[in-house]
Amino acid sequence: MSAAVTLPLSPAEARRVLYQLTLARVFEERVLKLVSDGSIRGTTHPYVGQEAVAVGACLALRPDDLVISTHRGHGHLLAKGGDPKRLMAELFGKATGYGGGKGGTQHMADFAIGHLGSNGITGGGIPIGTGAALSAQMRGSGQVVAVFFGDGATNQGTFHESLNLAALWRLPAVYVCENNLYAMSTPHHEACAIEHIADRAAAYGMPGVRADGMDVLAVAAAMRPAVERARAGRGPTLIECKTYRFLGHSKSDQRVYRSREEEATWRDRDPIARLRAAVLEQALVSSAELDAIARDAVAVVDEAVTFAQSSPFPELQDVTAGVFSDDPCAS
Amino acid sequence: MRELTYWQAVQEALREEMVRDPRVFLMGEDIGVYGGAFGATRGLLAEFGAERVRCTPISEATIVGAGIGAAVTGMRPVVEIMFMDFVTLAMDQIANHAAKFRYMYGPQARVPLVIRTPAGGGRSYGATHSQSLEAWFLHVPGIKVIAPATPADAKGLLKSAIRDDNPVLCVEHKLLYATTGPVPDGDVTEPLGQAAIRREGTDVTLVTYSYYVGVALQAAEALARDGIEAEVVDLRTLVPLDTETVLDSVRKTGRLVCIEEGTRTGGVGAEIAARVAEEAYEYLDAPIRRVATPDIPIPFSPVLEDAALPKVDGIIRTVTELLQR
Ligand SMILES: Cc1ncc(C[n+]2csc(CCOP(=O)(O)OP(=O)(O)O)c2C)c(N)n1
Repeated sequence: MSAAVTLPLSPAEARRVLYQLTLARVFEERVLKLVSDGSIRGTTHPYVGQEAVAVGACLALRPDDLVISTHRGHGHLLAKGGDPKRLMAELFGKATGYGGGKGGTQHMADFAIGHLGSNGITGGGIPIGTGAALSAQMRGSGQVVAVFFGDGATNQGTFHESLNLAALWRLPAVYVCENNLYAMSTPHHEACAIEHIADRAAAYGMPGVRADGMDVLAVAAAMRPAVERARAGRGPTLIECKTYRFLGHSKSDQRVYRSREEEATWRDRDPIARLRAAVLEQALVSSAELDAIARDAVAVVDEAVTFAQSSPFPELQDVTAGVFSDDPCAS
Repeated sequence: MRELTYWQAVQEALREEMVRDPRVFLMGEDIGVYGGAFGATRGLLAEFGAERVRCTPISEATIVGAGIGAAVTGMRPVVEIMFMDFVTLAMDQIANHAAKFRYMYGPQARVPLVIRTPAGGGRSYGATHSQSLEAWFLHVPGIKVIAPATPADAKGLLKSAIRDDNPVLCVEHKLLYATTGPVPDGDVTEPLGQAAIRREGTDVTLVTYSYYVGVALQAAEALARDGIEAEVVDLRTLVPLDTETVLDSVRKTGRLVCIEEGTRTGGVGAEIAARVAEEAYEYLDAPIRRVATPDIPIPFSPVLEDAALPKVDGIIRTVTELLQR
């Protein structure tokens, strides 16, 4: 395993961060099982391996700050404080899910916790997050918006338009690119002529920062000055988190486009294992406590599955309801 | 009542809503000192400042996307897309995001976003600056569409659109901006989803909207000289569509001609015709007819453009043929 992370954390913080990383991991692994056994229909884009990005970014945010997510969004929702039960229920298509079963894996939001939605269009959320930052600025709310997207999304026009606009108007946004090296099967170097997405920031007049996306504290450390800068009215930052998705792009992906050796070198940098090793080495948290954290995460996911399974499906007459806000029969 | 131009009526709606509600703001290309490509926002920058009249770079997807983001977080943006043809660049944001958020995310998601855009031909602007694309949006559940024909409606419907918690596309025909009409003083709104009978008649129903209301009225006056009384229905809003008013009129006249500037196949008229066929077939004394632009890009040459776009003559001919059946 590569060098352990070393950064100051209180024992309580260490436990909290490890719990969040583990919850995202356990949740995704369970979802994959449930997709394979047919309990969950459709597809899923697992976040396994990338947990340090969402958790690290959210560590640097206030609870009232906003995030906007992607098709690979379960980890973002959980890291922002989303309810695993409602998340799981949405994956089951149940009435108790975030969108009452109408959204599914790629389409859920929880505005109450500042989560403005995941969505299935690569690059689609980037201008919307930018508009949320504009709104925060105009309302004087002091909120900062973390806009998550993948390396693939940075080749969409919306990325370039949005970064230009945000820099021009000094919007309180932090653009968090999760560069997991692939957009589906397309390696970053086959889609973009420059190696570091962070370098693109120069074209818009904003700082571009590279961070180790396999180290939750490195992500948080990169985020903090960017969030501070945004909150102080000095404009946006682009942060590129170098990370890796351990599993396939979606449930059907056989990963023929990359080698098992490459996967192994990144598995060696597992953000959870590294943080566990570091906290043990510094005796911040005992191994018994670490085991308890893992058990807690499993228990929460178990509970979420039970909740989802025992929840009712949506009422069939609801299928045409809720297209418009003023729909008289809207749920 | 005062006479205002259409563009002044649009501007009054924007001004009154901006004064009434500090959450309302404008965003678009060249909407500031320039006043928008067709002048609808002229003067508003001086009045409200650059914070609320925001000139943007040429970034249609992000203008609309930023409008969505601002709308779901508590603002009420009115964005301008300089020519309706350019909604193509923002189509993902409109169709996949603005229109779907309420359904996918549930009641927490309100998208009080208005997209204003000039449509239509008649000025030799060529194929990428002359289209009437409103029919596309009838096929996207979750977005309302208004197409005001008069200054009074431009003001009243736009004010309602700004107050609506849903995304609304406001289609403004380029040839209407300079037209004048009476506009009531003060805070008068027009409800979305109510068609208007612009002329009563007993022999045939002409259903249309926007610029073609005026064209249809001219045709009706000419027909009247030959003793044919056409009823002219102005849809005013395309989503929600006031089917009842159309059906009532057709039940009375027994004949229907749908008139629009958009291309014929899959157009607004096709939808009206289908609804009437479904609901009032037994009242029809003749087949339903459509007057629309043929399925072509709008040509540049004034003579060709003139030949392509529906005209008073074409409406008269269609109605006359229909009455001979
Ligand atoms: C506009 C659009 N094009 C293509 C897709 C299909 N698609 C879904 S995810 C994906 C790859 C996205 O890559 P990236 O942005 O790097 O995110 P990652 O999957 O690596 O997290 C593609 C091509 C899509 N959903 N939307």
